[in-house]
Amino acid sequence: MQNEDVWLVVPLYDEAAVIADVVREARAVFPNIVCVDDGSHDASAERAEQAGAAVVRHPVNLGQGAALQTGFDYALGDPAMRYVVTYDADGQHQIHDVEVMVERIRRGDVRVVFGSRFLDERTEASASKRLVLRAAVAYTNLTTGTRLTDAHNGLRVLHRDVVRRLDITQNRMAHASEIVAQIGSMRFDGAKVTYAEEPVHILYTDYSKAKGQSLWNAVNILAELIWR
Amino acid sequence: MSRQSVIQILLIAAVLAIAWRLLIGSGQRTQALRRLGLLFLLGIVIYSIIDPSKTWTNLAKALGIGRGADLILYGLVVAFLGFVVTTYKRFRDMETRYTRLARRIALDEAPSAAEHVSSTGSAVTLSGEVPPSPSVKAADAD
Repeated sequence: MQNEDVWLVVPLYDEAAVIADVVREARAVFPNIVCVDDGSHDASAERAEQAGAAVVRHPVNLGQGAALQTGFDYALGDPAMRYVVTYDADGQHQIHDVEVMVERIRRGDVRVVFGSRFLDERTEASASKRLVLRAAVAYTNLTTGTRLTDAHNGLRVLHRDVVRRLDITQNRMAHASEIVAQIGSMRFDGAKVTYAEEPVHILYTDYSKAKGQSLWNAVNILAELIWR
Repeated sequence: MSRQSVIQILLIAAVLAIAWRLLIGSGQRTQALRRLGLLFLLGIVIYSIIDPSKTWTNLAKALGIGRGADLILYGLVVAFLGFVVTTYKRFRDMETRYTRLARRIALDEAPSAAEHVSSTGSAVTLSGEVPPSPSVKAADAD
C-alpha cells in the first residue's frame, strides 16, 4: 500500500453530517488519518472513528489552530511518518488534489506544498470572499517574506522536519498565517524552507458555505495577528 | 511650547508606552516599574487627602490642564488602557498554557499513532465500509 508514510490531520468540530464520508473517501488513498475532535457537541468523533480514523479528543474546545498542533504532535508519534497533510473536515477539499500535492513533495526538492485556490479558475468564490482572501495573502506575504497566492487555504503538505519545528500558538483563526510565518522564518542548515504551490479546487457546498468564514472574520484574523 | 501641548505630549507618550509594552515589554523590570508607579500614585493620593485644597489643581495647572478633575480623568483613561493591555497579555499566556495542558491530556488518552497504524495495518479496504479488524499485520512495506 502506498502513502503509509502520510498522515492526514483533520481538525474536527461539529461535522457529524459529513465526516464519515470524508474519512472513508480519504482512506481509500491515505490509510493514516487522525481527526482531532475539538470538543464537538455532536457525534463527530464516533463517526470518524467508525470510518477508520484515529481520533484524538480535546477535553474542551480550543480552536482549529490548537487542533492542528495536536494532530501534528500525534502524527510525530509514528516513526514511519514522513509527510503530514492538513485537511478540512467539511468535505470542501478534493482527495485528488492531495495526491497531486503529495506526488509533488515526494520529488524531494521542496519541504512544503501549499494548496492555492487562485492558481486556476476551478474554485468559485464570491467577490467578497476573494477580496478578503487577497487582502489576507497580501498581508501575509508582506510580513513573512513568502510569495504565496493563497495563505488561508486549509490544504497543505508538510515534511516531517517542518512539522517537528512548527509550534502553533494561535488557537483561533490566525493560525494559517502563523504557519506560513513560521515556515518563512525556519532555516535548515542556514537555508530557507523550500516550498511550492499547487492549484486546488475548493468545493463551496451549501453545507460549507453555511459554516464558512464571513467578511467579519477577516477583521478578527487581522486583529489576532497584530495583537499577539 | 504652550501648556496645553505638555499634557498632549505626556498622554501620547503614555499611550505609546502602553503599545510598546504590549509588543515587547514584560518581565521583572516592567513589573518593578509598575509597582513604583503605584507607590508614587499612593503618595500623591495621601498628600492630596491631607491637603485637598489645591494639590490636583496645581498639578494640573503645571501640566497645562484647567482642573484637577480633568487630570485625574486623563490619568484614569491611560491607566485603563494599560490595564486592558496587561490583562490581554496575561490572558493569552494563560490560554497557551491551558492549551498545552489540554493537548497533553488529549494525546495521553488516545492510543498512539504507531499503535493505530499497527492496529489498522495497511490492509485498508478500498471501499472502506468497515474499519479493518485489528488482526491484520503491521509491518508491510510496499
